[in-house]
Amino acid sequence: MALEATATPRATRHQAGVNRGDRAWNGLLLGLGLAVLVLAAVIIYILLHASQPLWTSTSPWQFLKSTDWDPVSGAFGALPFVYGTLVTSMLALLLAVPVGLGLSVFLTELAPKQLRPVVAFGVELLAGIPSVVYGLWGLFTLAPLLREHVEPFLQKVFGPIPVVGALFQGAPLGLGYLSAGVILAIMILPTICAVTTEVVKTVPLPLREASLALGATRWEMVRWSVLPYSKAGILGAVLLGLGRALGETMAVTMVIGNNPEIHASLFAPGYSLPSVIANEFAEATDASHTAALAALALVLFAITFLMNAAARGLVRRSKHTAGAHG
Amino acid sequence: MNGYAGRKAVNLIMMVLCGLAAVAALLPLGSVLWLVVSHGVAGLSFTFFTALPTPVGEPGGGVGNAVVGTLQIVALACVIGLPLGVGAGVFLAEKGDSALGSAVRFTAEVLSGVPSIVVGIVAYGLVVVPMKRFSAIAGAVALAILMIPTLARGTEELVRLVPRSIREAALGLGVPEWKTSLRVVLRTALGGVATAALLAIARATGETAPLLFTALNNQYWNLRPDQPTASLTVQIFNYAISPYDDWHQKAWSAALVLLLIVGGLNLTARALTRSRLKGAR
Repeated sequence: MALEATATPRATRHQAGVNRGDRAWNGLLLGLGLAVLVLAAVIIYILLHASQPLWTSTSPWQFLKSTDWDPVSGAFGALPFVYGTLVTSMLALLLAVPVGLGLSVFLTELAPKQLRPVVAFGVELLAGIPSVVYGLWGLFTLAPLLREHVEPFLQKVFGPIPVVGALFQGAPLGLGYLSAGVILAIMILPTICAVTTEVVKTVPLPLREASLALGATRWEMVRWSVLPYSKAGILGAVLLGLGRALGETMAVTMVIGNNPEIHASLFAPGYSLPSVIANEFAEATDASHTAALAALALVLFAITFLMNAAARGLVRRSKHTAGAHG
Repeated sequence: MNGYAGRKAVNLIMMVLCGLAAVAALLPLGSVLWLVVSHGVAGLSFTFFTALPTPVGEPGGGVGNAVVGTLQIVALACVIGLPLGVGAGVFLAEKGDSALGSAVRFTAEVLSGVPSIVVGIVAYGLVVVPMKRFSAIAGAVALAILMIPTLARGTEELVRLVPRSIREAALGLGVPEWKTSLRVVLRTALGGVATAALLAIARATGETAPLLFTALNNQYWNLRPDQPTASLTVQIFNYAISPYDDWHQKAWSAALVLLLIVGGLNLTARALTRSRLKGAR
């Protein structure tokens, strides 16, 4: 017995110490991993909890389809904000997707080797500028430019055309859906460009070579070999950009005009989901007002969640297929 | 357009358009940078960094409290966010090849796309409501929540870059797993993780939306974390949407200060990456 007591400890103590250390380490890591899941649960819980008071008086469907937003009389309708968010985001995609694609083709296929890092660095800088600085720029530079030059021009060209002309009616204010859309386009361009470039780079070299060997021009190679191959990834990049555009707050708040109405004209001042929260949440004293704003946040969360989940899936899938070939 | 000449023409047009896309992308960047510097530089002075904001009409004054407030909120956010974000990243790299790992990775990716204004509301419900007041802590919690998912994914990728042979050498010498992870793998990845952390800090420093109703604002000096606290970004927003020319001027100058801080952090991160790459070669 005595022999055992003196002989075993060294080995087992060491062994136990190792196990204890490893067990603690594994437990710690597990806890940190679970913390991310807990964080997601907390976010969803808080949003549901904070918007709870609204659902006692209004049904979600009623809330979404009503266009009345009058906190003083207790009328809460989300439609003008949903509309403004969607219109500005679509506008942003319309402008940013072609430019983003062109930019990544330029970066991957066209630019001289020395120029590539310079342009890429510029695009990175574009992503690093804080939203509020874009807002400041939009308010004092972009909006006057649109008001004095771009909007009158668009009105003159497209105004008389039926149907399309409805988008370009009214006084050119400079603050409205159009300005917000343009600023959003600039802000999501780096996202679209970065992800697209990453995906396009995974196109196998033999595929490009084969197409050039068959006599394709550089553009034909891009159009018929590179783009079809990276279709899923590019769609993912677009969805990621859309996700960012939907949730972007400060820059939009500063240039969209902050008017809770729905207008067909792109020149008209509107409102978006994030900007009404930014403007009203700190001042919302009424419980139902706070709940309505939290409900808007819940809507925004749901939309961006779906967008991002879909985008990540697409980008990952496109990389997987690329990996299988390369 | 089937002829050779036609196809070459289409090629030329498309390539020119792609070049123009690059120009179109860099034009706003040039415009923003030029205007912030040219408008902002006039208002910079020593007192701009040290003085409190003045009421409308009173000349002078600065954003000293906002600079300090931003540093304070971001520092607090780091205390909360860095360990959790980096830790979750180490979890993903070390134990991530499991069902739980995939779930955490997917959650982190989706969370990194949650709009910052939504995170602001969460921090409001989490901190402001129970404390019954706006505070630097609430702002820091919001920024930390924004940091965690991106930091986790960034850390994971950097830790995974550490060669297996290094880990195997340590384990082969009988070093326990936890010590290998902490002292060997994580130390090797440290430069990269620091880069990811700097980028996350830079992003947090530029955030405005989640601070609007968590840290709120403050016209005076404040070092207490449980009080409303000024920040550069909120100050820029308030100045910009005011109707006063003097405040617009201050918004530009404050924006220049903000850009210098954020740009400095980004450039430091870049320099770190470059020196690390050089060291590896």
